[in-house]
Amino acid sequence: MFDDFFIRALVAGIGIAFVAGPLGCFVVWRRLSYFGDTLAHSALLGVTIAYSLEFNIAVSIFLISSAIALILIQLQKKTNLPSDALLGLLAHSSLAIGLVVIGFLTFIRFDIMGLLFGDILAVNKKDLLTIWVGGALILLVLRLIWKPLLASTVNYELAQAEGLNPDRAKAVFTVLLAAIIAISIKLVGVLLITGMLIIPTAMARNLSDNPQKMVIFAIIGGLLSVFIGLFSSLEFNTPSGPSIIAAALVLFIFSLLKVKQTIQLKN
Amino acid sequence: MGNNILVKLNNVGFQQNQKWLVQGVSLQVEKGKIVTLIGPNGSGKSTTAKIALGLFKNIEGQVEKFTNNIGYVPQKISIDWTLPLRVRDFMLLTDNLTEDVIDEALSLTGVINLKDKSLGNLSGGEFQRVLLARAISKKPELLVLDEPVQGVDFTGEIALYELIKEISEKLNCGILLISHDLHTVMSATDHVVCLNGHVCCSGSPKEVAKNSEYKALFGEQAAQTLSIYEHKHDHVHTNDGDIKKN
Repeated sequence: MFDDFFIRALVAGIGIAFVAGPLGCFVVWRRLSYFGDTLAHSALLGVTIAYSLEFNIAVSIFLISSAIALILIQLQKKTNLPSDALLGLLAHSSLAIGLVVIGFLTFIRFDIMGLLFGDILAVNKKDLLTIWVGGALILLVLRLIWKPLLASTVNYELAQAEGLNPDRAKAVFTVLLAAIIAISIKLVGVLLITGMLIIPTAMARNLSDNPQKMVIFAIIGGLLSVFIGLFSSLEFNTPSGPSIIAAALVLFIFSLLKVKQTIQLKN
Repeated sequence: MGNNILVKLNNVGFQQNQKWLVQGVSLQVEKGKIVTLIGPNGSGKSTTAKIALGLFKNIEGQVEKFTNNIGYVPQKISIDWTLPLRVRDFMLLTDNLTEDVIDEALSLTGVINLKDKSLGNLSGGEFQRVLLARAISKKPELLVLDEPVQGVDFTGEIALYELIKEISEKLNCGILLISHDLHTVMSATDHVVCLNGHVCCSGSPKEVAKNSEYKALFGEQAAQTLSIYEHKHDHVHTNDGDIKKN
């Protein structure tokens, strides 16, 4: 009924939605959406390096994003600039360097639109394996650091005083964020990955009264966005990333109706 | 005797941005004892508590901690609205507790009726009771309470201080308490440390009340707080508005 490439994109999208939901919740709770953006922008540099050295793309993106996160921590310690300025500096300079490098690599044909906004045709069988195995690992590790990460999100000192290790949880979470960007870049694209993390989560916030529920709604929202987005991408021949994100936005707008109801009930 | 000590500060100090927040503090908290830190704003009470908890890395002096089972009520805690959290979720924040244990702790501080409420919808006093319930629920060996009854109504305040004393006896846990209410402090404490950037004076409540530095800090009137006005009611008001006979 459907072509193989479409089934592959769908399977990839489902895998990504399962991981993006829980990670996205922490991105929103910890106010890291701009940080996620910065890591995603640097992913383009990772792609170009992978191409020029004929290296695995996901691994390359993962390494570059982690390196950017480390550089950020160093810059925060050594300069007096506020975090958002440093994030902007890293995001745009790594994006720029990525694009400049692409300009030099004239012998390779890049689909820049595909890199920036995702390509439904780009997902191959190996990518599926990377997404599902990598995704399962990410979820497993997140499960292990869930308690210290959540506790330190609520109150850092409380978590530390009562014997949890917030610094380690934070470091591990940064690595997980780099990892999800690495596995989802082909389908969603560099510029829109953060949207995949935070828009279904924002929708979920409107529908939930506790963290677990919010994670589940974020996953459901992500899955719906992937289904609606990919089918419309196929139907209208639009890039996959923007179609998924646009679908997520529509779901978010619907979730606002629920908020309105709750507010009316309260009054 | 030695193994009754839960935490011991030996001449500790902490500076931030080249300014000493607190210096030369020595104290120890033992099992079943309440040690109270008093002092004016900015005198280093919270800093001292945080040093005892091991929250600072570069401190002067030594901290010896003999337990890892700690309950903490911080002075300030703000719950971000982006994170939806009910009271029951908050109770499970740092430990895995059974429903029974959660219910028991919430009943003790009189907020069992709020168990399924969102944290963001609680009043200041209610939230403070939940904080206290969370800290005692894990049956800690050491409780560090930084102004645990701020924002609680007057009768509730007295009841909670009584509860704190009861807990220290029942669980045989040591308590490091920070408080502004000289009245209650002086009647329910084993040991008082009066801080003002350093230890002004310390000792039993009676000794401290007689100390001239204490009088200088808090005024002559404060010295007379030992004789607090005591009276008994034949009933109590529970939190949901019911009246319970004693």
